Amino acid sequence: MEIHLNGEQKQVTAANIAELLCELGMENRMIAIERNLEVVPKSKYNETALSNGDRIEVVHMIGGG
Amino acid sequence: MTLTDNDELKIGSHTFHSRLIAGSGKYKDFATTKAATEAAGAEMITVAVRRVNITDPDKENLLDYIDPEKYVILPNTAGCFNAEDAVRTLKLAREAGGWNLVKLEVLGDTETLYPNVVETITAAEQLIADDFEVMVYTNDDPIVARRLEEIGCVAVMPLGNPIGSGRGLANPFNIRVIKQRAKVPIVVDAGIGTASDAARAMELGADAVLINTAMAEAKDECLMASAMRDAVRAGRAAYLAGRMPKRAFASASSPTEGYIWD
Repeated sequence: MEIHLNGEQKQVTAANIAELLCELGMENRMIAIERNLEVVPKSKYNETALSNGDRIEVVHMIGGG
Repeated sequence: MTLTDNDELKIGSHTFHSRLIAGSGKYKDFATTKAATEAAGAEMITVAVRRVNITDPDKENLLDYIDPEKYVILPNTAGCFNAEDAVRTLKLAREAGGWNLVKLEVLGDTETLYPNVVETITAAEQLIADDFEVMVYTNDDPIVARRLEEIGCVAVMPLGNPIGSGRGLANPFNIRVIKQRAKVPIVVDAGIGTASDAARAMELGADAVLINTAMAEAKDECLMASAMRDAVRAGRAAYLAGRMPKRAFASASSPTEGYIWD
């Protein structure tokens, strides 16, 4: 399916958030995920299914003042 | 007596012994960020929330250098120009690291980076209702500062001057007025350019200062960071010691009697 990942169109095979992170090689990082403007708690990565056209944001911490 | 370890700073549910909050932006590399933050003696460091680079997930990360077990990580909302984006950003930060203490800044325009206080108040109310502990960046307006305290912000952070300008304190009188009327900690955030600016802020009674560009853009980042550490301590001690009054004319330091010609 196709999702909007961090502002770009991306084809993925993952069925849920946990699989998406595996597919991206980003498991066990200090990151946070938003699906369609809602924060997805880490405890719900497995049960949060992806749908075609989902808007997913994956963020982390960088330097800033 | 000297300034002791008993001089604690309480912000929300946290207690600090350092009154210098470090920013982590603009450093040439993460190793320098780490070294300067250590030299500054900081216990709390701000971070920004941004999209992960999906094409290069193995790139080094700031938090590989700044240990969240050792420092209080203070996520900010830098770059947010409305309440909605700021609240979204901090909800993501809380999910990423469990951080409840946050720095709210909602900017008004890209040239001055002055705060949009209307959006700031809106965002602060939403975050506080959602159990965040909000340290809030604002302008040096005592009325706005009081309002932010009244709605429940755990610290109010008036600017000294525009972010990254290094121009020192534009309005020391207002910083003093804000401090005198506040019950929550007052942190001078933005504008500090060199050690004397930090000392001056602390002498005015600020409970802490937040410094980023002045350290990150110094030729020797760590030396400036240690100068800032010393200046914050000196300014704090001078504030607690209570300065002498300023006089219009001289007041002789030596006794004015017993002269040999009398």
